[in-house]
Amino acid sequence: MKPATKETLALTGNEAAAYAMKQINPDVVAAYPITPATEIVQIFSKYVADGEVDTEFVPVESEHSAMSVCIGASAAGARVMTATASQGLALMHEMLYIAASLRLPILMVVGNRALSAPINIHCDHSDTMGSRDSGWIQIYCENTNEVYHTLIAAIRIAETANLPCMVTMDGFIVTHGMENVRVLEDAEVQEFVGKRKPLYSLLDTDNPITIGPLVLYDYYFEYKRSQLEGVLKAKKIIPLVIDEYNKRFGENIPSFVEEYYTEDAEIVIVAMSSAAGTFKEAIDIEREKGEKIGLLRLKVFRPFPYEILREKMKNAQVIGVMDRAETFSTMGGPLSIELKAALYPLEKRILLQDFIFGLGGREFTLENALEVVDILKKIKKDKKVSEEFIYIGIKE
Amino acid sequence: MKFKSWRDLPEGAIIKDVPTSPAFKTGEWRIKRPFFYPERCKHDLLCWLYCPDSAVVVKNGRVVDFDMEYCKGCGICVKVCPHEALEMKEEEV
Repeated sequence: MKPATKETLALTGNEAAAYAMKQINPDVVAAYPITPATEIVQIFSKYVADGEVDTEFVPVESEHSAMSVCIGASAAGARVMTATASQGLALMHEMLYIAASLRLPILMVVGNRALSAPINIHCDHSDTMGSRDSGWIQIYCENTNEVYHTLIAAIRIAETANLPCMVTMDGFIVTHGMENVRVLEDAEVQEFVGKRKPLYSLLDTDNPITIGPLVLYDYYFEYKRSQLEGVLKAKKIIPLVIDEYNKRFGENIPSFVEEYYTEDAEIVIVAMSSAAGTFKEAIDIEREKGEKIGLLRLKVFRPFPYEILREKMKNAQVIGVMDRAETFSTMGGPLSIELKAALYPLEKRILLQDFIFGLGGREFTLENALEVVDILKKIKKDKKVSEEFIYIGIKE
Repeated sequence: MKFKSWRDLPEGAIIKDVPTSPAFKTGEWRIKRPFFYPERCKHDLLCWLYCPDSAVVVKNGRVVDFDMEYCKGCGICVKVCPHEALEMKEEEV
């Protein structure tokens, strides 16, 4: 099929997400406002008021209720979306696990924001990293254009895998940053997303079922294994859907990872979300100087594509990992900890340095990125990693 | 009883063959049991109405028995009976 001629709109991340939601036209949206994701549902509620969508919009009294409504509607067979951030996502926490284990393909947009205390409204990844083990698919986008296209693809991913999915973007940096977005026609989106085929429905009164029963030591263990099987299937579904999307619409959005000069790279930087853009600039500068350096941007954090990461990094001499969240385990951020585990089976031990950066919206500049590169170059020369993780861009 | 493999369980932990509650013998929980004095019973059926587990057996509008497979020994029937036709007694082993 020939790629469609697309209209280009100047949109912020929030506007792009709301626009994608409008074109997806979900049956139910239940949400509660929270910075920096408020605008998504605010703009969407205008589409509802203006009759541009058929959505039943439920303005609830808390995020816990938002996710509860999403779960009920999704169990009834509806196509469901919501949006949140930070404390809102934290308040949803217990319901996230229920959505995932009931295998309900709810699609949620998250504007990544720091968790209190101190109260902070700016970007880091502590919110979604806090829900990384809830069973949701997690897709981290670098920019506005990617948010738009990923959301449309993610509906298909979630509903094929029967798993809920969060698509995230960096708070303010992307949620409020305006960029060019190549948008599809409404009909193209509708054709791509199709109709949801639910596993079961609460409204199917001819075939009554029990949803969310009590299951103790006799079968709980088996249900968790069955849930894992769903996530393993999702790992196969994600690249298939993204490939189909790219082919059909002439886009080039990555599925699990994006590679930037990694093929011959001796130094590989692993970063997520918007910081990857800053690193691409730093790598351009270093490549000019002849440095063999590349970037591996991890886009899907759950399920964790350890096989791909291991394969792509096995020939590197030095790896630098960028974490925008703390674990307080005293051994670095969540990405670096999981990455080290992914590399463990390799016979050759690769020098790996973890960096914590950008907490609470601390700006990550080109100078910071070049500083990271210099540290990694020194590690390559000395063949020795610093004993501690490095806080980059901190006031010492 | 033969257990199912995790592979054969319905996705989403739903239960299809509803209702499954009759298979759950709540009588196993009991440490005290209601003792019935039929001669004091006025058959107003308050015990039947209040029993949370449908363990009071009624035939032709009269209390005839207590289904001990499902009576979990909560004692609500004893509390609501105005005629002292029921009494909680220690479960005999």
